Amino acid sequence: MNDVLVLAEHLNGELKDVTFEMLTHARVLADAGGAKVAAVLFGSGVGDLAEKLTAEADEVLVRDHDGFANYNSAVYQPVLADVIRGREPSVVMIGHTAFGVDLAPSLSVALDAPLATDLIDLAVEGTDLVATRQTHGGKVNERVGFGDAAVRLVTVRPAAFAPQAGSRGGSVIALDTDVPQEPAFRRFVEYVEAAAGDVDITKSDVVIAIGRGIKEEENLAMINEFAELLGGVVACSRPVVDAGWLPKDRQVGSSGKTVKPKLYVAIGVSGQFQHVAGMKSAETIVAINKDPKAPIFQAAHFGIVGDLMKVVPALTEKITELRA
Amino acid sequence: MKIVVCVKQVPDTAEADVKLGSDGRGIEMEGLPLQINESDNYALEESLLIKEDRDGEVTVITLGPESADEVLRMSMAKGADEAVRLADPALEGGDAWAVALALAKAIGGMEYDLVLTGCMASDDGMTQVGVTLAEMLGVPHATYVTEMEIGDGSVTVGRELEGGLVERVEMSLPAVVTIQTGINEPRYASIMGIAKAAKREIHTKSAADLCLDAGEAGEAGSRTKLLKLDYPPAGEGAEILDGTPSEASAKLANVLKEKGFA
Ligand SMILES: Cc1cc2nc3c(=O)[nH]c(=O)nc-3n(C[C@H](O)[C@H](O)[C@H](O)COP(=O)(O)OP(=O)(O)OC[C@H]3O[C@@H](n4cnc5c(N)ncnc54)[C@H](O)[C@@H]3O)c2cc1C
Ligand SMILES: Nc1ncnc2c1ncn2[C@@H]1O[C@H](COP(=O)(O)O)[C@@H](O)[C@H]1O
Repeated sequence: MNDVLVLAEHLNGELKDVTFEMLTHARVLADAGGAKVAAVLFGSGVGDLAEKLTAEADEVLVRDHDGFANYNSAVYQPVLADVIRGREPSVVMIGHTAFGVDLAPSLSVALDAPLATDLIDLAVEGTDLVATRQTHGGKVNERVGFGDAAVRLVTVRPAAFAPQAGSRGGSVIALDTDVPQEPAFRRFVEYVEAAAGDVDITKSDVVIAIGRGIKEEENLAMINEFAELLGGVVACSRPVVDAGWLPKDRQVGSSGKTVKPKLYVAIGVSGQFQHVAGMKSAETIVAINKDPKAPIFQAAHFGIVGDLMKVVPALTEKITELRA
Repeated sequence: MKIVVCVKQVPDTAEADVKLGSDGRGIEMEGLPLQINESDNYALEESLLIKEDRDGEVTVITLGPESADEVLRMSMAKGADEAVRLADPALEGGDAWAVALALAKAIGGMEYDLVLTGCMASDDGMTQVGVTLAEMLGVPHATYVTEMEIGDGSVTVGRELEGGLVERVEMSLPAVVTIQTGINEPRYASIMGIAKAAKREIHTKSAADLCLDAGEAGEAGSRTKLLKLDYPPAGEGAEILDGTPSEASAKLANVLKEKGFA
């Protein structure tokens, strides 16, 4: 097997968790295949990040250049394609993030290389690598091969692998690959931070989260009452924000907020990974859902399988009784 | 302004007990409601808003079986002008590459300023077709878009990154934009619109019409190889508190009390 190449993702001077998660798994793959792990780091003024990666990889390939000051797939893609052509790695791992999904498919076309996205696992099987990914909202696992491709591209789901600190003592190698000017056809303009709202759901010990299963905006009243009883705040999944029932700052998940309350109650939330990413570290997680196969029951500690319209009022009543 | 919107018909499995087919390569579709993919519905709405704002023409396109005509008709009922279905069994069963190539061949032969796709199909969850299509067409792209403003020969979009951070990007047209949910409020079709759309023609194209040979279409044209579907392994999972709603709630109330929450 040739190298396992991992594209290091970072923002505001910090490496993303997914970078360490991918490197951890890359070491497992490389060890199984008798290969090396190479981290690729593009950025501007990223010397200290490169240093940090030496523990994680056998080689840290760095291109430190102004052109990488902001992320632009139109700049990243040709440079990364050059590096890949030069080294012919067996696998290139990229995070399944807003950054990775913008980059990986175009890289796949540029290199004419197969791409499997949003992996939860990747394993050496015989002479091939086999990817595992999820379909149908996490209800099906799909195993995917890469045919006889020499270079395989994958995007890796954040939090799919538990990160472990490495001890590789890798060398930093400065690349001199050309970095193109930012093209006129796609220009970075600015980053805009999310506006702060009236309630900060990350500060509450108790978070009561609703999902699309709530069905109608009117049913929020019942949830507000339940949340008040437990002294919690009401949060939600993305479709509830999309429907305009709660403001964006109440959204939990990868494109919303990350919360770590003592108690998280998910009501009518299916538990897609984008949601779970924002609440999996809560101390106690309770799920109420009518579908026993809903993935949320894998993330939860306690569950009730039932109609939320019946369970929430009953629960409100039982807690009130207990207190009386 | 000519806009092409890629729409996919997907089964709604949010509340369904998904069963794998006996060949382990697909799911049993019987009994599953079919609908337009969620983010595609937002992409369609965005195209209709642009059309209403400035003169425009909207073409919806899908690769799929005959049932997918329903999605095209509903799109026309809401205001799309033309509908195209890539209708050929040879085109089906492909990965993102094969799907994007077929779409690229079809769209490449049209006049267009903007191509909109959803950001992710809820069935296969690949998050891949839009950008692959852009690269095959040789035009710029931006993904996960929750804000869009058309300029003079350009489009400025807001891409939603992690944690709600938005990255604003300006692109020249033509371009491919993959739309994230929540960018607008999708409309419902009117009864009149539905009645009119029922009579409209849906243009169909075969692999041959797209100049795709057998090795480039569907499964044969795929770069990745689907090996097998499985049910996710049952993990540790939650402790299920069973009984009637009232019984289960009593159990949960006790758990919450023990933990000091109730
Ligand atoms: C790039 C990207 C970023 C995203 N970011 C986020 C994010 O930050 N946060 C987020 O939440 N999502 C996010 N999503 C969306 C995510 O993929 C899912 O679509 C979303 O989490 C689903 O929300 P849901 O569980 O409320 O709805 P659904 O998946 O539709 O689930 C509804 C659930 O309610 C249950 N239900 C229905 N009726 C009842 C009833 N009467 N009683 C009990 N249960 C009932 C159903 O069984 C089902 O499990 C993102 C998606 C993308 C592509
Ligand atoms: N068969 C198809 N027909 C038309 N558009 C599609 C098809 N498959 C995917 N798309 C488009 O590509 C987007 C992303 O899909 P995917 O990469 O499969 O997650 C979808 O939201 C659609 O807009």
